[in-house]
Formats: sequence, C-alpha cells, structure tokens
Amino acid sequence: MNKHIQTIIKGNLSAAAPQGGCGACQASCQSACKTSCTVGNQVCVK
Amino acid sequence: MIWETYAFAKNIHLYRHGGLNLVYDVNSGSLHLLDAKSYRWLEDMIKSGAENRAAAGGDLTAAERGEITREFDQLAREGTLFSPEAELPPPYPETETPLLKAVCLHLAHDCDLACRYCFAGTGAFGGERGLMPLATGKRALDFALARGGARATLEADFFGGEPLLNTAVMRALVAYGRDAAAALGKRINFTLTTNALRLDDDLLEWLDLEKIGLVLSIDGRPAVHDRMRPLRGGGGSYAAVLPAVLNVARRRAAASPYALGAYYYARGTYTRYNTDFDRDVLHLADLGVGRLSVEPVVGGGGLALREEDLPALYASYDRLGEAYLAYAADGRPFSFFHFNAGLDAGPCLPKRLKGCGAGLEYAAVAPNGDIYPCHQFVGRSEWRMGSVYDEPAPPPPEIARQFAGAHINAKKACQSCWCRFVCGGGCHAANVDMAGDLREVYDLGCRLQRKRFEVAAYIRAREALAGSAA
Ligand code: SF4
Ligand code: SF4
Repeated sequence: MNKHIQTIIKGNLSAAAPQGGCGACQASCQSACKTSCTVGNQVCVK
Repeated sequence: MIWETYAFAKNIHLYRHGGLNLVYDVNSGSLHLLDAKSYRWLEDMIKSGAENRAAAGGDLTAAERGEITREFDQLAREGTLFSPEAELPPPYPETETPLLKAVCLHLAHDCDLACRYCFAGTGAFGGERGLMPLATGKRALDFALARGGARATLEADFFGGEPLLNTAVMRALVAYGRDAAAALGKRINFTLTTNALRLDDDLLEWLDLEKIGLVLSIDGRPAVHDRMRPLRGGGGSYAAVLPAVLNVARRRAAASPYALGAYYYARGTYTRYNTDFDRDVLHLADLGVGRLSVEPVVGGGGLALREEDLPALYASYDRLGEAYLAYAADGRPFSFFHFNAGLDAGPCLPKRLKGCGAGLEYAAVAPNGDIYPCHQFVGRSEWRMGSVYDEPAPPPPEIARQFAGAHINAKKACQSCWCRFVCGGGCHAANVDMAGDLREVYDLGCRLQRKRFEVAAYIRAREALAGSAA
C-alpha cells in the first residue's frame, strides 16, 4: 500500500488497439443539439 | 529518473478539486490521488524549469523524498504515471475511404418552436422550410448502409428542425430501414432528437417497441426554458413539453447512461442567461428525470458565452459535481452526461484520435437529399458533399479530406493539451464558426471541456474513496 499516492484508475490507453481499433463504437458528436458525446463519453462496445 | 526530462504540461494534469489532490496521466488514462506532500513536490517540479527540477520540493525531508520517489518510480514503471507518449498514426489513412457509421436525417426543415439559440434559424437552415419525402429518406438510408461497407451497425438519427412534423415518414423509414439493413445482414440503431411537443402516448408506445433512443430538449427551470424556447405563436413551451419528458423518464428509468439501446436523455442548452445551469439540472432531477445533459450554446449572438462568464460556469460544474455525489448518497442518483467520462471502459486510443468523425464516419442528409459533413453544416453550400440522388453514389469529395486532416495531431492547440484524448479535438463546426478554421480550436469550448472532465474525474475519485471506506 502506498503511503503518498493512491491509484484510482489504472489505465493502459496507449497499449490498447495498436492496430487502429475495431471501429464498432458509435460516432461521437460534441455539439449542443445532439447530446454532446465526446470521445470521452463513450464506452468501448467490445 | 523519468521526471527530470518529462514534458509535464501536456502529459499530466495536476489539479485540486473539492479537497482532493489529483493527477491525471494523459497517455495511459490513469488517475491518482496524491497526499499534500507528493502533490506539492509535483507542483513544484512542474513550475520549475527543467534545469531547476532537481531543487524542487526543497521543504521535504530526505526520508519523504525517498518515499515519494519510490512511489513515483513504481507508477512510472507500471506505466500509469509519467507514461511515454504513444506514437500516433494519422487516424484516417490517405488511401482509405472511412466507413460511414452514422447518418443524421433532417426529416423536417421546419419547427413548431422558435428557440432563440437555434443554429438552424428556427428550423429552416437558412433555406426553404420543407419536409423530407419518404423516397429521399429511403435513398439516404440506402446510401448510408452502402457506405457502411462491412460495418454491422448503422446509427441513424431523426433530426430537424422538428422531426415529429414528419412522423409518418419517420415511421415508414424505420420499417424500411430495418428490412434494408436485414437484407444486408446489418442492423440500424435509430434515435430521435425532438422538442417533445408531439410525443403522445401512442407515439411513445411505438418508440419503445422499436427501441428508438430519445434525446428530448428541455432547458430546466420553467423561466429559463420559456425564455429560450417559445412556441411559434408566443408564450413558453415548458408546460407543453414537461408531461412528455416525465412520461419518458418513467418509462425508461432503467436506460443505459451511455446512450446505448432504447435510452433517453433530457438535454438542455445553457447560455449567458443561465450560467447557474446546475439549478436547471437539479430542477429536472428533482422531478424524477434521471438522465440529464446540458450543453453550452455555440454562437448564438447575444446569448453566446463570453470569457467573463467562465467563473460562473465553472462554479456551476463544481456545485453540480457535489450535488451529483450528494444525490447518489441519498439514494436518488441521476446521470449527467458530462460526468460519464468513460474513465474505466472508455474507447481505445485510435477512436480518441478521430474525434466526432463528421464528414467521414458521419454525414447529414437534408430534406432535399443533399449530403453534408454533419447536421451543423447543413444548408451551407460550401460544405455540400453531393446528394443521395447522385449516380453512382458520390465518393467522399475533397471536403472529406479536409476533415480527415483535422485530427488532434494536426491541431497545434490540441497537441499540447492534456485533455486531448478525452476531447478528441472539439466540434469542427464550432471550430469553423468561432475560430475560423477546421484546424483551429474554439478556446472557450476547450476550457469548458477541460472543466467538465476535471469534475468527472473528481467524482470518480470520490466514488472510489466511498467504495473503499464502505
Ligand atoms: S462537427 Fe460538431 S456538430 Fe458536427 S458531428 Fe462533429 S461535434 Fe457534432
Ligand atoms: S479541442 Fe481544445 S480541449 Fe479539445 S483537445 Fe483540442 S485544445 Fe484540448
């Protein structure tokens, strides 16, 4: 157990899908009139 | 030690929020909670130029420095802090035509409301008012399915203006689209973006049956909503739309907060007249509407957000974050779209480079069959990409290449922005309108984007702390 730092989320973004991704996820509009789904508001569908 | 040469500003984001010290590691997508000492040291290192880094954290004891160094080292080794920048290929290779994922069908360039911030000029998109004929809708679906190539699913959104001015065509297109997709071994997920004025029980029954996702426009408190969203004949529309919104909230209480399946979201727009938009969100939450989203107005003339509005907007996100946690602790949770940051199961890096996909993976079709990069570009002739009536089907024109080239690696501001893998480079339409170029960014939008992610990550940390205390 660390004394000074606690990890909340252990990510491995850069390691994932070096091949370019499967592309199965939705599009992600960020505008006011669609509800703004940035790439960060999505889940991977796999 | 890695941090002696590490490019902090673009690769980690260190911040304090709600009494927590947090560091977000950009390249791995990790989040850590720091104690006061490790926070101060890191802050000090970031502030000192590279040559002075060794002298940072001078007030720590040797023992403390040793402990913290070991922890930093351990996290760096496991790749969750000070992680290396990945090599990023261009998201859309020159030689490939991207497969279309989503299409927006403008069923009606007309509206039964006269909203003051409407980018479509109360529905007409600067052109003639009109409805999409069924035949054009069918061609649009055929075009989108064909351009989807081997992709198994197409997302199709019914949009306007107000699409429910053309309900019969919408119903017919769902039936047609299901058959056309099935014939190709595919499926279509439909969504409907509506002002909810005409959502009666009969229609809702059908929408549930067909599992059509719903995005309902409502701005929050009656006075806020009525000021911005008047009926065409005058007078506010709050009282007319609320019953349908509540009805949907009841019927779809268990819907996915990630906009999957037969979901719903009540979404509002905030302008300079309701910089305290947290009160609008909570107003709806108190009425039992559990899937909520508000978005900053883009453009909007006198309604447009200004630099001086930012402190009030930040304060709203701050208050909303605390309220979100308090409501959940109280057994009345709601989801707020900006706070669902996909921190744990978010998309892969290639997806994050692509952004919204407008003009490439996404297209909008006007009532007359003209194709545009997205709904915000509809009616602007310089962005027209052909027509669903073109024979043979139009290949992606030069405009598509411009969009392909406007990814985060190509935008100077994004390259050094810590929020780049969350944001994906912003809204192209906002960038064109507000910053004048596809490769520039709309700075005010960026600042709101970063703020909302800060609060989202903070909420995630609070939830983790509450979970480990339980
Ligand atoms: S350009 Fe903007 S409005 Fe259009 S799809 Fe992209 S994020 Fe949405
Ligand atoms: S658009 Fe703005 S917030 Fe988004 S990645 Fe680029 S600079 Fe950052």
